[in-house]
Amino acid sequence: MSQTERSKNPLHGFWALTNRELKKWYKQPIVLFMTIIQPIIWMSLFGKAMNLSAIFTSNPNIPQQVAEAMMKQTFGTSDYFSFMAAGMLSFVSLFTTMFSGMSVVWDRRLGFLNKVLSTPVARGAIVLSKIAAATIRSLVQVGIVLGFAFLLGLKTGPSFTPFNILGVFVVVSLFCVGLSSVFLLIGIRSTRWETQMAVMNLLNLPLMFSSNSLFPTATMPDWLQPVAKANPLSYTSDAIRQLLLYDTNANQLMFDFTYLAIFAGVFATIGIILSWRYLSR
Amino acid sequence: MSEDIIKAEGLTKVFNKSLVAVDHVNFSVKEGEIFGFLGPNGAGKTTTINMLITLLKPTEGSGSVCGYDIARQANMVRNVIGVVPQEYTADEDLTGYENITLCADLYGIPREVSEKRVLELLELVELSAFKDKRVATYSGGMRRRLELACGLINRPRVLFLDEPTLGLDVQTRAATWDYIKLLKKEYGMTLFMTTHYLEEADALCDRVAIIDHGKILVIGSPGELKNNLGGDIITLGIRETADIKSLIEEIEHVKEVKKQDDTYLVKAENGEATAPLIIEALRNKGYVVTRLSLAKPTLNEVYLDYTGKSMRDTEESKESFFAQRMTLRRARGR
Repeated sequence: MSQTERSKNPLHGFWALTNRELKKWYKQPIVLFMTIIQPIIWMSLFGKAMNLSAIFTSNPNIPQQVAEAMMKQTFGTSDYFSFMAAGMLSFVSLFTTMFSGMSVVWDRRLGFLNKVLSTPVARGAIVLSKIAAATIRSLVQVGIVLGFAFLLGLKTGPSFTPFNILGVFVVVSLFCVGLSSVFLLIGIRSTRWETQMAVMNLLNLPLMFSSNSLFPTATMPDWLQPVAKANPLSYTSDAIRQLLLYDTNANQLMFDFTYLAIFAGVFATIGIILSWRYLSR
Repeated sequence: MSEDIIKAEGLTKVFNKSLVAVDHVNFSVKEGEIFGFLGPNGAGKTTTINMLITLLKPTEGSGSVCGYDIARQANMVRNVIGVVPQEYTADEDLTGYENITLCADLYGIPREVSEKRVLELLELVELSAFKDKRVATYSGGMRRRLELACGLINRPRVLFLDEPTLGLDVQTRAATWDYIKLLKKEYGMTLFMTTHYLEEADALCDRVAIIDHGKILVIGSPGELKNNLGGDIITLGIRETADIKSLIEEIEHVKEVKKQDDTYLVKAENGEATAPLIIEALRNKGYVVTRLSLAKPTLNEVYLDYTGKSMRDTEESKESFFAQRMTLRRARGR
């Protein structure tokens, strides 16, 4: 066939592959339902059951103002549910992007990856489509979970504007791009989904607990603090809180953004280059 | 244009520096041919195909498809070939239509061209009625046809088929081949296939290569290979216990006689005419032929002759070939 029939775009096929991933997701109502309902259940159970605020406010010996001040000092907001809900947003994106590594394991096992590799589609497009699909899925889930958080009584901070929600999506995108690159790199080399599952199980809860998603870093033991400080999940959660709950500290927010941008940039570059090299061996 | 469309010179693949899967193979395929690669599992068929379709880089040697080097011009090769893999690779969650459209997009075929072509291919493989059904609901034969259609979306000059009828029942296999022949007639491409159904290779291939332990043992048309065996095989037995080997050997057209227990295996040209001569000669000497059968050599006999084992033997030892296959898989890093 003639060359003129072909698209000149070097990333042709990128959108087709991304679209495939998304279709696999939204065409399976049960999967879609589960992935959305799970964080909502977590958020409502965890956030409402672990009512840390009550520890202080339910004690008649502690004056109301003191209790609120203590909460505010520890969590930056007097409402633990709001604190946790913001952390849950980053946790949702952590989970979704982790599973993105699974799809590439299956693609390899089922021979789909080989079929794609026998077409002239750019190797980079294969990698980028996985990252893009994971990020888009996370954003949709984060949007839904955020909506529920508002319904369940998330208390926004003094400097909150609807515009800040856009900022939340940017933060989540950066986090997802970086993290899905890492998991893609692990997934693209493993042939057994069990390996990938094991890696995910090993990493997901430790990553969450060694961050400030559920509890602030300041009260952690000394050895854990550096881990939490390096954990991108901490910066994601902090940035979301700065945007939604706190009286925004512009410097801190800028730092969060910068850290996440570097995280995304570095890991996406490593992930894309190594996967690309692996795919075009 | 009837030049060699596929060429392999000293093509070699070594996995993990020690497992030689393909060992310096040389062959060429002419434009428009149906070329078959025969061999037991683990013989190096799939590895060879994977090198030709640019999934694996050769360790040594070179190959070209449509004049493009498989190592240095991989993307050019990918543009002119179609691949029908061994596995069912269509996405089960998508419909047949969506799957072929995805293939078209991977080749960068613009929508205005691909839309028409997708429908045309679905029509040809008779999946139009099911195009909006999820592939998970398709039967094995339907999935094969869908893979075929996907492999042809870019109007390839060479179509690679890796065990295209593996795991299908006899009727579906025959039907699948009808589709392949129909598509070849429609688009006139060269076919390169691997199979271990020898009857299929016999009936369909213009030329075959028999490969074992990574080496090509022989290449030729099925007819040539069968003729090279030296003719038909007449099997007979007599009532008497006497040795009549030398008696049969004197008869015209008889090339070789072997005695196995009380049965004589006679290799002869033009078996239909020679068999009556044998019966007559024996009767003249007073022997009574109690049974006689005539077998035209099939590719199975050719295969047996070259590899020293029949295809069925290798199929029966399932465990060993499964192990072999797993080894290769692991070695390939899958």
